[in-house]
Amino acid sequence: MSANSWTIAAARDALRKGEISAVDLTMSCLAAMDAGDALNAYVHKTPELALEQARAADARLAAGEAPAMCGIPLGMKDLFAVKGVPTQAGSNILRGFKPEYDSTVTTKLFGAGAVMLGKLNMDEFAMGSSNESSCYGPAVNPWKIDDRQLTPGGSSGGSAAAVAADLCLAATGTDTGGSIRQPAAFCGITGIKPTYGRVSRWGIVAYASSLDQAGPMTKSVRDAAIMLGAMAGHDPKDSTSADLAVPDFEAALTGDIRGQVIGIPTEYRLDGMPAEMAAIWDRGIEMMRDAGAEIREISLPHTKYALPTYYVIAPAEASSNLARYDGVRYGHRAKLAQGDGITEMYEKTRAEGFGAEVQRRIMTGTYVLSAGFYDAYYNRARKVRALIKRDFEQAFAAGVHAILAPATPSSAFGIGEQGGSDPVEMYLNDVFTVTLNLAGLPGVSVPVGLDQKGLPMGLQLIGRPWEEGALLNHAYVLESAAGFVAKPNNWW
Amino acid sequence: MSIDTDTARKVAKLARIRVDEADLPKLAQELSGILGFMEQLSEVDVTGIEPMTSVTPMRLKRREDVVTDGNIQAAILKNAPDAREGFFAVPKVVE
Repeated sequence: MSANSWTIAAARDALRKGEISAVDLTMSCLAAMDAGDALNAYVHKTPELALEQARAADARLAAGEAPAMCGIPLGMKDLFAVKGVPTQAGSNILRGFKPEYDSTVTTKLFGAGAVMLGKLNMDEFAMGSSNESSCYGPAVNPWKIDDRQLTPGGSSGGSAAAVAADLCLAATGTDTGGSIRQPAAFCGITGIKPTYGRVSRWGIVAYASSLDQAGPMTKSVRDAAIMLGAMAGHDPKDSTSADLAVPDFEAALTGDIRGQVIGIPTEYRLDGMPAEMAAIWDRGIEMMRDAGAEIREISLPHTKYALPTYYVIAPAEASSNLARYDGVRYGHRAKLAQGDGITEMYEKTRAEGFGAEVQRRIMTGTYVLSAGFYDAYYNRARKVRALIKRDFEQAFAAGVHAILAPATPSSAFGIGEQGGSDPVEMYLNDVFTVTLNLAGLPGVSVPVGLDQKGLPMGLQLIGRPWEEGALLNHAYVLESAAGFVAKPNNWW
Repeated sequence: MSIDTDTARKVAKLARIRVDEADLPKLAQELSGILGFMEQLSEVDVTGIEPMTSVTPMRLKRREDVVTDGNIQAAILKNAPDAREGFFAVPKVVE
């Protein structure tokens, strides 16, 4: 098995024992990355930076003081600012932008010795569920069952495709409405969205600030625990980052969940859910029961209002956040005609720089925040959001430790098959994932099996706030019981 | 709530995004569809519920009111499409 297909845990142990060098491990990933161009996962490659970081990691390893992520080659979602490296958030409006600073997450990862192979494809400004709104063109799912190209999901589609195809050991993602968990499920990998405030948002291009959280996308639950530990922690530069100690998430993976109460939300049994999705959910329930957990049917009565709530709040915040792209300080500026003033400059720049879906969401947000509609839409959505959060609080107060649900309504679909005529069709992909962002809760997507078509299907575990360790332990039990080891055939 | 082309034109103007006159009916139709989807929220009884302001209960931390950053003019201007003499340059704003 070539080194690029290793897990973080295996690579860490091999690096520490001197069985491989960080440079050789990185070379293996760089070769895989270059051979994987058909997946359109990497959009800016940084091999020179990677080798420089790998050499530094080897020096630390030789000195015997290497943290867990030391020498681990990662892909970085294009949303994370990396000094001197193009950071475009998948948008033409940031073409040519090279930050003069690093995000807190990349600073932490690089401080821990991690190696960056390049920037990964994503939906423009993280708005999308199929990676099709990217200015680089869509990333492609390495899983293939016929002559169609399938979407890796979105918005962290490049991250999921790169991890599933072994073009890196792991990748960063961000999740505003499901953008880590949905692509993880579509590509058969693990992804965790931490509790809101666990990971600093500083230096991550903002979409909807009250919902955005970064997290790891990995080949195993153990890897997610290791990498989350390196990404998390208080940051004075992000006023919403929580001043809490970061526990040892890996140490929480005991595999013992006896006596834990797993909630099964009645409202997630949607009409029209594919029979295979319902069946795999039932199998997951059996696995948790066999591991000694108590299974309890629960009600989250406001679930059906989560999507419309999200599609008021997220565009509202986006319209405000994306006001900064005006052609003045960075990125694209439109060519102006004779006599054009500053308003024409703003309007032409934004029309040229933003893609269709981003424009739609900005305008939707502008509308729901405009005079006369603020109360009817935005304030009402914030009230319903409070009710959605209360649903979860009541379940946890009644003794539920974690909640088991599907991650997505279906397995991966073909590029170009959804949302072409009706944007709302694409929004429905987030039905099982947005509730957690609205409630600020941690959630992890774990691959559990293949459907009859041969595509991966994932289940999602939802945890109590700040209890990512316990949540990952539940995920670890599910992963062990499911024994999902399938890999996509290398056609690319 | 249905959006007509006049409202679509107004929203585009507020958002500072140029939309061609010919594209306004399609935009109005798309926005109407999205807002129609949001109409479900009117079913929910929100009597006595406070709008959420912070998803995790937290108090903003305070720090000493001192300068922690600065003297990075060149770095700030580095990505500007048009920077001159230490400033961002834009079309004439004042007549």
